[in-house]
Amino acid sequence: MPELRAHESARPRTPFQAPPVLGGGGGSTTETADRQARDDLRRQIGALERKLGELFASAFPRQGIEWRVGAVGGPRVLGVAELERVRDALVVRLGDAQAELGRRADVEEANRGLIESMIAEPERHRWVKVSNEDIGEAECRHWHSRPKWGILGMFLGWWRVKLSSGCPLPRGGGPSSAIGQ
Amino acid sequence: MSEGAPEAGYLAPELREEFAGLALRYLVVERGSGRSPREVKDRLRELSNRFAGAQAINMRHQPIPWAYRVFFRHIGLDPDEQLIPVEALALERMKHGGFKSRNLLDDALTIAIMESRVALRAFDADKATGRLGIRPSAAGEGLEGRPGELPAGTLVIADEARPLALLFGATADGRGVHPKTRRTVLCAVAVAGVPDIAVEEAIWLAADVLQG
Repeated sequence: MPELRAHESARPRTPFQAPPVLGGGGGSTTETADRQARDDLRRQIGALERKLGELFASAFPRQGIEWRVGAVGGPRVLGVAELERVRDALVVRLGDAQAELGRRADVEEANRGLIESMIAEPERHRWVKVSNEDIGEAECRHWHSRPKWGILGMFLGWWRVKLSSGCPLPRGGGPSSAIGQ
Repeated sequence: MSEGAPEAGYLAPELREEFAGLALRYLVVERGSGRSPREVKDRLRELSNRFAGAQAINMRHQPIPWAYRVFFRHIGLDPDEQLIPVEALALERMKHGGFKSRNLLDDALTIAIMESRVALRAFDADKATGRLGIRPSAAGEGLEGRPGELPAGTLVIADEARPLALLFGATADGRGVHPKTRRTVLCAVAVAGVPDIAVEEAIWLAADVLQG
């Protein structure tokens, strides 16, 4: 401690200097504060955009979720109020998208449960059909509780769940149409 | 402007203070557009095969597209309404099932943007005066071919005489590349989060394809 005190006393004492302000005067201080506010808001917008991007990717293949935030008009340097509008709109959009995904996740979970019970007891879920879309997945697969051997199975109570083979294959263009011509 | 290493464009001082990382790099290539040779079309086809839907969905996770999306928001654009260049191309790929070959320049830009994710565009080098850069438009300034004046402060890519295009927007009439263009200036707009090496790579990729 004595060394530290000696070192401090040896250092020339300079009066406190405020950071240089461009142009001087109160207006420039406001400008500096505004710039800091804009920088902060831009950082917040960046973080929110990252979260929205993650949510967008995790939401796939679900359709019908609104992702647009709306433009405030540009390209130009936005002021604090406009950046706040963008930030707030992102917060609202993120909240809405999360809520919508949460709501859909509950429905999808219930549908997964339904598939399990359909498989366990197909006769208790006659003609029930659940598609991949209902459980938040891509492709056209679906589970369908149907009678085995058609009408005979219907009368005898032989029910089973059929899993479809997926999306129809794309129609071939070349050879068949060429033959047709 | 001369062919060689990509040149650094000017940036208005007020933009340098506001947007750290914003930059324009450009390179003049001694040729215009034209028909794409078979090799370029093959390359485009190969690129289409390499790029699938999952990549399009995950693009927002990638640092460079994310950086452009954030910058769009910073300048008042909504990247879901006015897509960033790489997402616009990805959407086109999804809609048409592949990247369509249009002409040599467009194909070169497509290849370079998709490979590097960097925003690129091109102008007629003989119609540009002096250095190119990014600045806000002055009061009373317009964009050729567009009725009326630009709102003062609109961000533009400009030469030393006039705006050539809106930043990430429309090109002024007569400043873009047309069939009679002999020299093309390839411009890359970098924003914070886009590494210099990616910007250079984008310009070199496009120049390489253009020069054959």
